[in-house]
Amino acid sequence: MIEIERITKTYGDVHAVDAVTMTAQTGTITVIVGTSGSGKTTLLRMINRLEEPTSGEVRIKGQSTLATEPHLLRRRIGYAIQGHGLFPHYTVARNIGAVPELLNWPKAKIRARVDELLNLFSMDPAEFRHRYPAELSGGQQQRVGVARALASRPDLMLMDEPFGALDPIIRARAQDDLRRIHKALGSTIMLVTHDMEEAIRLGDRVAVMDEGKLIQHGTPAEIIAQPANGFVADMVGDVERPLRLLSLIPLSDLVEDGAAPGDALPAEASLRDALAACLWTGRNAVPVEHDGAVVGRVTFDAIRARAQIHP
Amino acid sequence: MSIAANRIVAGEGVMAWHLAAPSAVLPGIAAVVAGLLLGLPRAWPRLRFAGSALGLGGLLWLLMRGAPALLDGAGDYARVSPAIGFWCLLLVLMLLMADALVQMTPGPLARGALLAAVLGALALILGSGALSQLSVLQEFASRKAAFADATLRHLGLAFGSLAVAAAFGFPLGIACHRRARLRGATLPALSLLQTIPSLAMFGLMIPLLGWVGDSVPGAQAIGIAGIGFAPAFLALVLYSLLPVVSNTVAGLAAAPPEALEAARGMGMTPRQRLIRVEFPLGLPVILTGLRIVLVQNIGLAVIAGLIGGGGYGTFVFQGLNQTATDLILLGALPTVALALASAIVMDILVDLAGPAQRKSA
Repeated sequence: MIEIERITKTYGDVHAVDAVTMTAQTGTITVIVGTSGSGKTTLLRMINRLEEPTSGEVRIKGQSTLATEPHLLRRRIGYAIQGHGLFPHYTVARNIGAVPELLNWPKAKIRARVDELLNLFSMDPAEFRHRYPAELSGGQQQRVGVARALASRPDLMLMDEPFGALDPIIRARAQDDLRRIHKALGSTIMLVTHDMEEAIRLGDRVAVMDEGKLIQHGTPAEIIAQPANGFVADMVGDVERPLRLLSLIPLSDLVEDGAAPGDALPAEASLRDALAACLWTGRNAVPVEHDGAVVGRVTFDAIRARAQIHP
Repeated sequence: MSIAANRIVAGEGVMAWHLAAPSAVLPGIAAVVAGLLLGLPRAWPRLRFAGSALGLGGLLWLLMRGAPALLDGAGDYARVSPAIGFWCLLLVLMLLMADALVQMTPGPLARGALLAAVLGALALILGSGALSQLSVLQEFASRKAAFADATLRHLGLAFGSLAVAAAFGFPLGIACHRRARLRGATLPALSLLQTIPSLAMFGLMIPLLGWVGDSVPGAQAIGIAGIGFAPAFLALVLYSLLPVVSNTVAGLAAAPPEALEAARGMGMTPRQRLIRVEFPLGLPVILTGLRIVLVQNIGLAVIAGLIGGGGYGTFVFQGLNQTATDLILLGALPTVALALASAIVMDILVDLAGPAQRKSA
């Protein structure tokens, strides 16, 4: 559990971060979202003490971060940044193994961990281990950057706009990868972004920041359905709200018995996908399949009814 | 070629085709002409390289055949030396070779092998005595011991000052890299030092170190005096500091900011960041600084001869005083060769230290 308590950062008279208090449960993804200058990056950087808080404190598993030397603290916390920040003169393997090397892991253990992570990110170790960052595509560089942050099995991983430099298609893939890896490893992640879409897609909890203050902290559904103020509503976007809400709900929630024409959608797909399929092909219902077998259908009316009820 | 009655008087020019019997000079002339012709087409650098090598061979042949033929019966004090035509051809052929090499872009190892081959060939030719009748080599023959001594002195001046400059310059560069204010003060001061003309610098050292030698007890015992090795050495060190420090600063600043941020974020201490990230990424730039210093010092060390610092400059200034061109050449040629060889070796090192991804390709 990560507990942030009344943490404040002041530059002169400006409160970059103003008495933010929040808690992140172990094994969850918390996305901090805000415009530039909202203090979200400063908040993140105070957690691993790249910025020293003016007041307040952060506790990881009950232990204050102020109790450890900053560089030792940082070795326990994964850190991934926009533009990956890989070392150009290190191979992929040495980049990923950088933190374990700092922690003096034995060589064989580092090598095994590097291969494990490369496999996890669908990169063949034999092919990529000895490459240099300049020989990778943007998406591969970003994956290596995240793998490096995960290498020492940190208690907590901080990610500062990790997908900011990627094009939309690769970004969507990287987000899927992150969710998959999070599910596999169960790590605690705090991620900063300016993109509400990304926040809703990735976050178990979303924290909205503006002018150094934490405006709202809740599940994506709460943020969409009950925005705390006009700023949060603006971030979510009025037009997009129903669609964003539907994108959070899997088909399995609304599946009912009965048949429907056309191609089936997987049960994990969202209501937004089903709505799009209905509109695009002029159907009133779509079949739902699970493990290759059709298990029922989701109707257009049910989707509309669901979008009207705000949870 | 030119022949003179003795080492002082001006020589009298002799055309290549009058050097010796036609049968002796013809192969040489033919080789030079063929070499130049081969060098003309732009598209085939290998051909151009072969042409320049052939041409150089031809020149060598002419020297080897011409010198004994000219000296034959010319008297004991007569001297033969290559004249303007030779030097021009040498320059043209070397330019051809350099140009061909640039086009061929050989790897660092190939360049190292080539340099070794050229030096080996040079040593073989000089050692074989085939050219020993040339005036420069006659000057050498009469000064063998002094030449060896000057070589050691010259190397000592150039490499020693480089080592001392590096020993002071690296820490200073690292400190400047860390503190912007120190950098703002240090670099202009060193630049100012660099603008002092070398003769004036050597001149300034005389009263300065003379005073130190006189007033600090024991200083004279370790060789600190107004003239000699110490002031020359110190002046070279001072000249070396700017390239070393500024290239260290530039090299350390070359690391991408994201990589440094990541290094900090993953828990590297400032020292680990310096050793693992900033230094390896800046190494090519830092080595380039050392290359500048080395080549510059090999050249400047000649002037050290003027204040008794020793080295090849001794011959150059003796030659100037006696208007003996051959003696000047005896100082100048090895200086040029040394500077060229050092530059090539340092370039190879810079390449080897260069971006790792190029090495693996």
